[in-house]
Amino acid sequence: MSDHAQVINRPRNKGFMHWIRQRRINKNWQFYVMLILPIVWYFIFCYMPMYGVILAFKKYSAMKGILRSPWVDPWYKWFQKYYESPYFARTITNTFILSFSSLLFGFPLPILLALLLNEVRNKFFQKFVQNVTYIPHFLSTVVLVGMLTCFTNRDFGIVNKLIVALGGRSENWMQVPSLFRGLYVGSGVWQNMGWDSIIYIAALAGVDPQLHESAYIDGANRYQCMWHINLPSILPTVIIMLILNSGHILSVGFEKVYLMQNDLNMAVSDVISTYVYRISLLSSNQFELSTAIGLFNSVVNCAMLVLVNQISKKVSDVQLW
Amino acid sequence: MSQAAKPVVRHSRNSRQSRGDVIFETIVIILLAILALTIIYPLYFVVIASFSEAKAVVGGEVIFFPRGITLDNYRECFKNGDLMLGYKNSFCLLLIGTAVYLFLTTLCAYPLSRRDLWGRNGIMIYCTIPMFFGGGLIPTYLTVTKTLGLRNSWWAVILVGGIATYNMIIMRTFFMSSIPFELQEAAEIDGSTPFLTLIRIILPLSIPVICVIGLYYGVGIWNSYFSALIYLSDKNKWPLQLFLRQILINADLSAVDGGDVSDMARRAMRAEIIKYAICVLASIPMLIIYPFIQRYFVKGVMIGSVKG
Repeated sequence: MSDHAQVINRPRNKGFMHWIRQRRINKNWQFYVMLILPIVWYFIFCYMPMYGVILAFKKYSAMKGILRSPWVDPWYKWFQKYYESPYFARTITNTFILSFSSLLFGFPLPILLALLLNEVRNKFFQKFVQNVTYIPHFLSTVVLVGMLTCFTNRDFGIVNKLIVALGGRSENWMQVPSLFRGLYVGSGVWQNMGWDSIIYIAALAGVDPQLHESAYIDGANRYQCMWHINLPSILPTVIIMLILNSGHILSVGFEKVYLMQNDLNMAVSDVISTYVYRISLLSSNQFELSTAIGLFNSVVNCAMLVLVNQISKKVSDVQLW
Repeated sequence: MSQAAKPVVRHSRNSRQSRGDVIFETIVIILLAILALTIIYPLYFVVIASFSEAKAVVGGEVIFFPRGITLDNYRECFKNGDLMLGYKNSFCLLLIGTAVYLFLTTLCAYPLSRRDLWGRNGIMIYCTIPMFFGGGLIPTYLTVTKTLGLRNSWWAVILVGGIATYNMIIMRTFFMSSIPFELQEAAEIDGSTPFLTLIRIILPLSIPVICVIGLYYGVGIWNSYFSALIYLSDKNKWPLQLFLRQILINADLSAVDGGDVSDMARRAMRAEIIKYAICVLASIPMLIIYPFIQRYFVKGVMIGSVKG
């Protein structure tokens, strides 16, 4: 820091070189060299597609490319087309219901799991349960959906064997529309509950033990400690996670929905991302329409994030920025 | 400080254990045991089914233990050319991808962890914006295939992943919080350059975080299929997950071509059981590395969440 001070005290007569030296850019030039590749990567793979979003306002022709393609006449033509299409209500409703119910069940359960794990004093049992709950996270979506398909197969699946044994009727669950949401959310919770609890377990490790000590002296039992000390202590982490998750309220992971989708459950399983894929890359090349839908989706997600952040700022003083 | 206080607290907790507390803890343990069972049973079932005879599984005889233990299901998998090709491709993608991602992420995280770097906040914002706003499917697709001309190439699949900003922030936070800045300054006084400092001092001290982030990236590459689905049209370049999708979900029976299995019904039954073996084979590589890195990753998540 001392040579920094010296630099500042020198007479300002060297202009640009002085500006450089004052900011240690000459000393630190190698850091900027390191940053070249990442910055270029971000530019190409994140910022160029962002710029490509103008496609949502153009009439794309593959020959001319995005830049020279003509603008579309009412600028909102593609948005209007999506709004008027029969898929609008269906995709938005499905996306919202799926992500909201995933949040409803997938969000509180990891917190509960972490709180309960924290109460176990047998270290071996605690570690065992923890590690068991992490395992499903490492299965791929394809394997997970494959397992679901196998278990619920009409003729061979173990679930249907059980139902038949109990006097029920066997059915191919993956093709029953009314079961789709339950299977999607349930398997999601099964897969990610343990993994998502790590962050809360880590937060719980930071709770000041003196709080417990004084609560015990005042006659609190462990159940009360869990609710009145542990839960409030991790509340900031919980709120941050809630804000981050609300930024995904209108986006459901493509991979799993697409795998679970079939002709029979389309009415409940068709979400924005699968629709976008279907109309652009899978069949008809409606690049502009799907870009417009993607843009709409991003904007809604961003707005949700900002909105929930604002609410949280007002209500609890916890905020992302 | 809090660590020194811990044993005292434990002791006092023990001595103050009332009857209500004992009941409470028993209920907690029962709940957790039920949870652990519901999580482990489906996995256990897949494993025992994969070692059992097809007839026993389909007949519902396999519930707690494998019946008629056999390796036939696995033998059939290894005979399947597609699966083996997918395996090979996925391993190559995994190695190249993880290396590239770690390289890029480190190059980004280290300079941004230096508090004496002018323009650090600006670059940080430049890197965080894509976390919240993206171009979407088609603009990315057009950039990769049209602008870069990466059609049907592994590089498209790999490079689209690149830096996961969240992982980069975890790594940066680790560099800032766990490696004393004075250490870097001392090295620089002794004549080290930033590149040398990175290789000789930062990296050896950051093995936990590098393992964790490597694991995140590796699991991501191994398990995802979306980019491959979009960018790879040539079946010879497909990763394992795409072949799995064909066999497990699209129920492509051609995977099973056992000579003795002739009629359709038996063939379908056989295919159903082989799926269990395929599930096991596909998940094993990730489950094998997991215990080695397990002791690091809770630490890794902690760094990223609590302090960052």
